[in-house]
Amino acid sequence: MEKLLNWVDERFPLTASYKAHLSEYYAPKNFNFWYFFGSLAMLVLVIQIVTGIFLTMHYKPDAQMAFASVEYIMRDVDFGWLIRYIHSTGASMFFVVVYLHMFRGLIYGSYRRPRELIWVFGVTIYLVLMGEAFMGYLLPWGQMSYWGAQVIVNLFATVPFIGEDLSVLIRGDYVIGDATLNRFFAFHVIALPLVLLGLVVAHLVALHEVGSNNPDGVEIKKLKGEDGHPLDGIPFHPYYTVKDILGVVVFLIVFAAIVFFAPEMGGYFLEANNFIPADSLKTPEHIAPVWYFTPYYAILRAIPPILGSQFPGVAAMGVSVLIFFALPWLDKSPVKSIRYRGPKFKIALTLFVIAFVGLGVLGILPSTPLYTVLAQILSVVYFAFFLLMPWYTKNDSTKPVPERVTQ
Amino acid sequence: MSDKSVDTSKRRFLVTMASAAGGAATLAVTAPLIMSMMPSARAKAAGAPVEVDISKIEPGMLLAVEWRGKPVWVVNRTKEMLELMAKHDGKLTDSASENAAQQPDYCKNPHRSIKPEYLIVVGICTHLGCSPTFRKEVGPADLGTDWPGGWFCPCHGSRFDLAARVFNGSPAPTNMVIPPHQYLSDSKVLIGVDQGVAA
Repeated sequence: MEKLLNWVDERFPLTASYKAHLSEYYAPKNFNFWYFFGSLAMLVLVIQIVTGIFLTMHYKPDAQMAFASVEYIMRDVDFGWLIRYIHSTGASMFFVVVYLHMFRGLIYGSYRRPRELIWVFGVTIYLVLMGEAFMGYLLPWGQMSYWGAQVIVNLFATVPFIGEDLSVLIRGDYVIGDATLNRFFAFHVIALPLVLLGLVVAHLVALHEVGSNNPDGVEIKKLKGEDGHPLDGIPFHPYYTVKDILGVVVFLIVFAAIVFFAPEMGGYFLEANNFIPADSLKTPEHIAPVWYFTPYYAILRAIPPILGSQFPGVAAMGVSVLIFFALPWLDKSPVKSIRYRGPKFKIALTLFVIAFVGLGVLGILPSTPLYTVLAQILSVVYFAFFLLMPWYTKNDSTKPVPERVTQ
Repeated sequence: MSDKSVDTSKRRFLVTMASAAGGAATLAVTAPLIMSMMPSARAKAAGAPVEVDISKIEPGMLLAVEWRGKPVWVVNRTKEMLELMAKHDGKLTDSASENAAQQPDYCKNPHRSIKPEYLIVVGICTHLGCSPTFRKEVGPADLGTDWPGGWFCPCHGSRFDLAARVFNGSPAPTNMVIPPHQYLSDSKVLIGVDQGVAA
């Protein structure tokens, strides 16, 4: 056995990689609850890829057949219902996990120097994931699939000068149709997953290059023991693999409960109108995107047309997502973790969370004048969190950061 | 190898030229891939005009037909509807149909149609492409007592009157589009073609 291992190691860095990324990757010893979500995101990615492969064995990316083929999977394919519900639940749970993972980054300053690139890769993963989810949602070819895609593709048509041609290029037709469904299928099952996997590798390589942040926001690599390992570090395997397995078990319990007892999640994971086949002549009475897009949708709706163009609202929506990229350079605080930050940041972050969740709720509700005003207020709060950040982080009172991590 | 110093300028020239050639080749290969994503010949051909018999539409009713994959509405407006429609020009963004892209010249009038009672319009909201809901009743509870009848877009709340003109404050920037059309007889309309010229 050892001979075989030696034979491989002379030709491929198997033992070296195992050490570098698991048994001798030293992570801070004070990880808490918030550190489950990175490994959980990887778990969901694997679940989505595996269930997705089996769904493509029965699904037909054809406007005439798509809706029926999904019903066929649900009724006639053995365990098709289970595979499909795992995939649809996985989509929503992916965003649950990713949002919590991003929130962890926000509270502990994980995006700060020297981890800016980890954050940039991470936000790119988030963007690709949104594209992946959006294109996947068209595939069942229900009413929400159709009209959701209609609205989102028309967002691109509002871009000045090139918009109309751009939207035709995306659809492959003058209306959402068979050509659109077919290409979204191609993007959803092969193009974007490949990009996603590449980005996940880049995210992890960058993380293992600089080392993990922790709830105290101190650099454990500064203080090393006689053996050359960080004093406050413990090997990822077995310590954090065991911890993450606990997270996986709890997560899978929740996941299975949703899959078996509430796969539609009261219309939030699978919307009622999507059980009606796509009809290009009739928009459902009330259309709303799936929950994970609703904060941005609310921002879109909050901005009125300016000079007869809808583009400002679309631009605001785009900027509201892209602005996450700028976070490492907007934060001027001398400390990373919320534990040592002052009241200004804590208030700002609280307001931001309220704005994000509030916009998410408003994005689900139908638009009324009152809700529009509310959405406008919350949109201002949302952008203020980012745009005023250089000011309120610099002037905030901070507590002294300890040399080593606390218990 | 000789011990002469390396001629870096020649090397740089070669690297630049090779990179430029490689870049040009990449672009050349990408172009057909991108162009393959544009509407195919079959998609471009699918735009035939649609003939509609309007005599079956009772006063106040709407008939939806499909033209180029989009809904086209034919509405038989009653006298009361037409009278009510003329009373709110001040609340409209473009009451006189000044925006020439939204209708053919022969429909640039207050009722936006050839015959005053028959409105023929592409039933797609000019905001983000949803199909608004026909709300012909006057002053319903959810739309307000001053609602004169028209269309309400369920997606983002745009409001249009019975000439498909957009109300101020709606997310939609312009009136809905009137397609080219012509009357073949008193009861037959051809949608998609006017005076023998295809749109």
